[in-house]
Amino acid sequence: MNIALLDYGAGNLTSVRKALLHLDAKFSIPVSPLDLDSSSALIVPGVGNFEATVALKHEWKDAVLRAITRGIPVLGICLGLQWLFDSSEESNNLLGLGVMPGRCTLLKCDNYNGFGTFKVPHVGWNTLHITRSSWLMDGIKDGDQVYFTHSYAAPVTSDCIASTMYGVEFASVVQRQNISGVQFHPEKSGEVGLRILVNFLAKIGKGN
Amino acid sequence: MLSKRIIACLDVRNGLVVKGINFENLRNAGDPGTLARRYNQEGIDELVILDITATIEKRKAMVKTIHAVAQEIFLPLCVGGGINSEQHAHTAIEAGADKVSLNTAAISNPELITKLAKCYGSQAVIVAIDAKRAGDQFRIYVRSGRQETNRDAINWAREAADRGAGEILLTSIDRDGTKVGFDCKLTAAVSEEVTIPVIASGGAGNFDHFVEVFKNGKADAALAASIFHYSEHAVINLKQHLKTHGIPVRL
Repeated sequence: MNIALLDYGAGNLTSVRKALLHLDAKFSIPVSPLDLDSSSALIVPGVGNFEATVALKHEWKDAVLRAITRGIPVLGICLGLQWLFDSSEESNNLLGLGVMPGRCTLLKCDNYNGFGTFKVPHVGWNTLHITRSSWLMDGIKDGDQVYFTHSYAAPVTSDCIASTMYGVEFASVVQRQNISGVQFHPEKSGEVGLRILVNFLAKIGKGN
Repeated sequence: MLSKRIIACLDVRNGLVVKGINFENLRNAGDPGTLARRYNQEGIDELVILDITATIEKRKAMVKTIHAVAQEIFLPLCVGGGINSEQHAHTAIEAGADKVSLNTAAISNPELITKLAKCYGSQAVIVAIDAKRAGDQFRIYVRSGRQETNRDAINWAREAADRGAGEILLTSIDRDGTKVGFDCKLTAAVSEEVTIPVIASGGAGNFDHFVEVFKNGKADAALAASIFHYSEHAVINLKQHLKTHGIPVRL
């Protein structure tokens, strides 16, 4: 197992690294795009602005697409999930990886839920509604809660395997073949989050 | 539905958790790593480590304490107390903090909020406000509640949000450690003023105080220390109480 953990300067990797170490996962942070060609899995973490993915243009984007073509498991976390899509409302200048069709949009809702309007960013523990079964969600129950912190979100499309309601419904887990993405932070979501990471690790080296 | 968060605060001094009344009379409540492990098992949603003496004694963030707590939990962890530079924030985040909380430094150097938000994202920057009633207003105090400023808490909360803060940690100095309940008026005033989450703090004495601060105080999260430190299973019992009162929680 050799997981490539992409560090493109979007926020800190400490908590993801800590969770991977806790699960005895072997990982490294690639220094060159060519390093991805020898990896057995890829994790794209990230917090913050979509503009930060500018560091993943050109050679890096090509290297990620080559990794996807090889069929290794790929996991995008938070901004890493949004980057899998065509584009985001957060940046007019940058395109995403485009392996999942759709545009990420700002969470916006004026409805009232009994405790006030829906504040943005969406911060805290919210519920997963599983819409399609997947190895990634093995052992996860409909209604389990995970920790979110984000302002933009991906649309519910045929790639959505779990959704979450926050005024509007958005895709909280997406999957297309071996490419997966989670909008929440599995590394900060207690036992539920760790289980999802365990499921991802179990897929490494197993093919489809 | 988004759950209301229950946050345990570890006020740390010399590597040990302590708790005072009105920011004074500190008494020992135990080892931070041990408490963090217990809270994790009891279902706490988030932890805050506050170096309550850091600002006064110019002590740097307790890297060892942060590290010890971060090893115990896979939950959001915020660190505050005396953080006054990008380097200092970086040290706390490298040690395992997901968020840093700025208090005195945010007032004296508000550009720091924006700098940290740009570097780590707004979700990593909490602005802590210690407020005390002054007539109909809420006045901000800095340096662990020892120095009065002429700033209004509600205006400052809005400015902090505009500058890039991702959350407001709002402490009522009048209520801190008194166990008479949160200052719901203060909390609601700030929560209605900003679009970012507001964490209410100061005054939790029983479970109904949490119901009040979520319903009347419009808080997004509530933070307490002693109510959790000295009583086993308080977190799970509190959450069950909240659920009975129709408040969404993670159980």
